[in-house]
Amino acid sequence: MKAHLLSATDLSYDDALLVLDTAAELARVADRPIKKLPTLRGRTVVNLFFEDSTRTRISFEAAAKRLSADVINFSAKGSSVSKGESLKDTALTLEAMGADAVVIRHGASGAPHRLANSGWIRGSVVNAGDGTHEHPTQALLDAFTIREHLTDGHGDLAGKRITIVGDVLHSRVARSNVHLLNTLGAHVTLVAPPTLFPVGVETWPAQISYDLDSVLPETDAVMMLRAQAERMDSAFFPSAREYSRRYGLDSRRMEVMPEHAIVMHPGPMNRGMEIGSDVADSKRSVIVEQVANGVSVRMAVLYLLLGGAPLVDEEIA
Amino acid sequence: MVDAAPKSVMTDSDINRAVARMAHEIDERTNGANDVILLGIPTRGVGLAQRLGARLSEIQGREVPVGSLDITMYRDDLRRRPARALLPTEIPARGVDDAVVVLVDDVLFSGRTVRAALDALNDVGRPRAVQLAVLVDRGHRELPIRADYVGKNLPTSMSESVRVHIAEHDGEDFVTITSGAQQ
Repeated sequence: MKAHLLSATDLSYDDALLVLDTAAELARVADRPIKKLPTLRGRTVVNLFFEDSTRTRISFEAAAKRLSADVINFSAKGSSVSKGESLKDTALTLEAMGADAVVIRHGASGAPHRLANSGWIRGSVVNAGDGTHEHPTQALLDAFTIREHLTDGHGDLAGKRITIVGDVLHSRVARSNVHLLNTLGAHVTLVAPPTLFPVGVETWPAQISYDLDSVLPETDAVMMLRAQAERMDSAFFPSAREYSRRYGLDSRRMEVMPEHAIVMHPGPMNRGMEIGSDVADSKRSVIVEQVANGVSVRMAVLYLLLGGAPLVDEEIA
Repeated sequence: MVDAAPKSVMTDSDINRAVARMAHEIDERTNGANDVILLGIPTRGVGLAQRLGARLSEIQGREVPVGSLDITMYRDDLRRRPARALLPTEIPARGVDDAVVVLVDDVLFSGRTVRAALDALNDVGRPRAVQLAVLVDRGHRELPIRADYVGKNLPTSMSESVRVHIAEHDGEDFVTITSGAQQ
């Protein structure tokens, strides 16, 4: 493992499997009467959130606390960032407080990279979502969830067919998933209206399709992305209704999927828009499981980054 | 580093006899209690625990629960090496509360592994008693810990290394001692 987790491409095949296997063991801690391990005692994890988030921040907080780390939550609202403090000065403050790891969410793509590589802080940096760039722990929890359902929780995802539907252009979840799922051997198909694909998407290790109905019968897991309401006015698609009809997952579409196929969503959902309410609540939906798995996967990431010796030896080698 | 050739100190039949004797000792020392649980410490302690469990089941004529207990997250030397992969923990369905838990490991050396196992066990439940069974006790304790059941007491020097091989993990059963090699 590298010292930071900034992108899903930081994870080699072996690293990715190590995280998933570690998460599988750590998931059992949740079933014990004492849901806590002493491993990160005396280590400080800072949650540095410049963008709103509920599930990711809570998930990282629960993960760090279950490993006995001290957690400091920092959100831009109500902090000196709203008085105009720069990322650098915020970072220097965290360093002075002795942060061993910084979990950062930022609206600007590349902010975690800047934080990790500018020499401002010595601790590990974990990207919890930056702009429209990456969200690697979301990809890890998605891969973990797929593995639990499609391969009995063991090994990689070789040959599994994963379909990601929706706003690929603005989605950091899609980008991280494409890379990680590809590393794990899965075949990824991206489905969206042409206006919602980024430039250069043809170089991604994934198939591109504009037609959801033709892809669904050959899908083992479908991942619905949030149709971001703030994009509605920007003429990416003519109307919410048309988007929903062509790219939304309703019960009729779910029927054409193979029987074992699962339905995923990174949340927060727009019920009735990209996903039907009955689909979200169906037996095939693993959306609530994804949230629970998020804690296990983030515990694994924090343990692997912080639990061992500082990675000094590896840097020399 | 120049290592002398590994010297065999236990053969497969030695290991079999030791396991059989230890199973009888466990039965005797716990007065045939029907709430004994064996927990092996991965990796090789697990195979040994399963063998002890099979023997003990024969002796007592009931199924003795066997599980495993990973101690990685409780080690006191975590910060000295890069993070390690975790090993499986399988606690038998009845849980460990009010049971006599026998921890099983291959080699007892500094006692730090057992210290970590006691901490790990503490987070799983509250056993009535905890005992320790090891195939080889090589001495050089660094903590006030001793074994209740010992397959073989093996006097060693600090520079020697003891390796237990068991069929479940290594393909065959034997124990070697090598001088001059650090573990």
